Amino acid sequence: MSIIGITELYVFVLAGFVGYQVITRVPPLLHTPLMSATNAISGISLVGSLVAAGSHQSVVSTVLGFVAVTSATINVVGGFLITDRMLRMFKRQPEAPKARDTTAGGPPA
Amino acid sequence: MIRDIFIEVAYLAASVMFIIGLRSLTRPDDARRGMQQAAIGMGLAILGTLVNHRIVEYQWIAGGLVLGSLIGYPLGMYVPMTAMPQRIAISHMFGALAATLVGVAEFYNAGPGVGGEPIGSARMTALGFEVLFGSLTITGSFMAFGKLQELIPGRPITFKGQNAVNLGLFAATFGIFLYLIFHPDNVALFYTMIALSLVIGVSMVLPIGGADMPVVVSLLNSYAGLASSATGFAIGNNVLIICGALDGASGFLLSILMSKAMNRSFGNVLFGAFGSPVAASTKTSAGLVARPITAEDAAMRLAYASSVIIVPGYGMAVAQSQHAVRELAELIEKRGGEVKYAIHPVAGRMPGHMNVLLAEANVPYDRLYDMEEINGEFARADVALVIGANDVVNPAARNDPGSPIYGMPILNVDAAKSVIVLKRGMNPGFAGIENELFYDPKTSMLFGDAKASITKLVSEVKNV
Repeated sequence: MSIIGITELYVFVLAGFVGYQVITRVPPLLHTPLMSATNAISGISLVGSLVAAGSHQSVVSTVLGFVAVTSATINVVGGFLITDRMLRMFKRQPEAPKARDTTAGGPPA
Repeated sequence: MIRDIFIEVAYLAASVMFIIGLRSLTRPDDARRGMQQAAIGMGLAILGTLVNHRIVEYQWIAGGLVLGSLIGYPLGMYVPMTAMPQRIAISHMFGALAATLVGVAEFYNAGPGVGGEPIGSARMTALGFEVLFGSLTITGSFMAFGKLQELIPGRPITFKGQNAVNLGLFAATFGIFLYLIFHPDNVALFYTMIALSLVIGVSMVLPIGGADMPVVVSLLNSYAGLASSATGFAIGNNVLIICGALDGASGFLLSILMSKAMNRSFGNVLFGAFGSPVAASTKTSAGLVARPITAEDAAMRLAYASSVIIVPGYGMAVAQSQHAVRELAELIEKRGGEVKYAIHPVAGRMPGHMNVLLAEANVPYDRLYDMEEINGEFARADVALVIGANDVVNPAARNDPGSPIYGMPILNVDAAKSVIVLKRGMNPGFAGIENELFYDPKTSMLFGDAKASITKLVSEVKNV
């Protein structure tokens, strides 16, 4: 690979743009689950770690890969579990709303 | 051939599912299902990678997956919600660690004696970004974790000439990086750069105080994402680039939101110049008197209020009083009063901290209001109940140009008909700034531990 693939740059910029657009709409209510969710997703470094740990190129890369696989798996397993645990807690008012003023009701936009 | 197509399809599907998952976080009702889909996407991506023809042995992979799951499961299931900020901080460290180690392994394999393909300038650029962002996130997140877990002092740690030292470190590291791009075979310099970057992570977070943590944690989130993205560039993997970009964008956006909510410029945040010396407060409490109130009187006022707005702050998290708060709110509602919660964006130690704690205590999320939504309603509230919040309700942010927090958007608690502040004592908040709200004639101070005070309020309201 002699030059940085321009396709990769396209992918990066467009994905960043999509991310920005999607995440702007996440209400502050869910900002903590958002952080843990992106954390879980960042466990995708597992993809690179797996190759390093299993490609049998050198002892060093195998050991580093092993540690990397462990760290990334911690994020994948822990991240998705804790996000789910948090999201499970967010509930609406259970019974039909009593006479409340008109501003109440929907979640923060 | 078919294998390669399967891998690419798996990655593409995973990327789409991740975006759908994040999209689902727009609405609390859909969020859980969306994130479960994202988890399936992750499973697909892992399966896709496992059939990669470059992988020839599986024992280390299996070991890492098992060990990681054994550590990750308790981190996901048993960490209490009050410990969420440090839990998030440490997970940034794991993510950055994985990215950095992959980068080092790539570099090592290309080096002498291993016989991989030599690294060109372009690949070195990607690897450099990967290990730079990665290693400063490793130590930075670890320091943030230490501060939040109170292993090291939460107050800013500063020394003379700190900015010069940091600037020198940045310059040296960046210089080495530039040199490496043109001389990618210099092994010693590569590792020196990593070492320097690890030091930068420490020196960047040390001078930051506890109340600035939401910005730092979001920023590290973004750096960890950029490190993953750079990994994708280095090994030519699109799913890594996409996820890293999503992660980076999310952290970036949260940092902007947090710094806006603290009235700090974004440049200030980006270059880690937090904790810049706080100007001496121009106002003192001399000649002002705070009015203490007993739990009985406070309970009486709450019991007969028709509209109460609760303003939680970090003090609520420290005292772990969110369950008692919910109980108090239910009692007031049972008596016909209306209770809403006003959440400042930087209340607590990470974005959304208060929302998670209150949700844990079974407060319905439609009672939680953002600053912009609720600020107009304080004027109609009979009682504003401030629990362990200080700077986010300090009117000095509005009317004292000499105050270090001047210009920061605050909750208009002082517009309420009356204010009850729950506080340990009269010592000022994080920034060492006096809060005139506490001396307002409308304000009554209920001193003591937040949890004990609220528990007392609960039993008093029951007796009314």
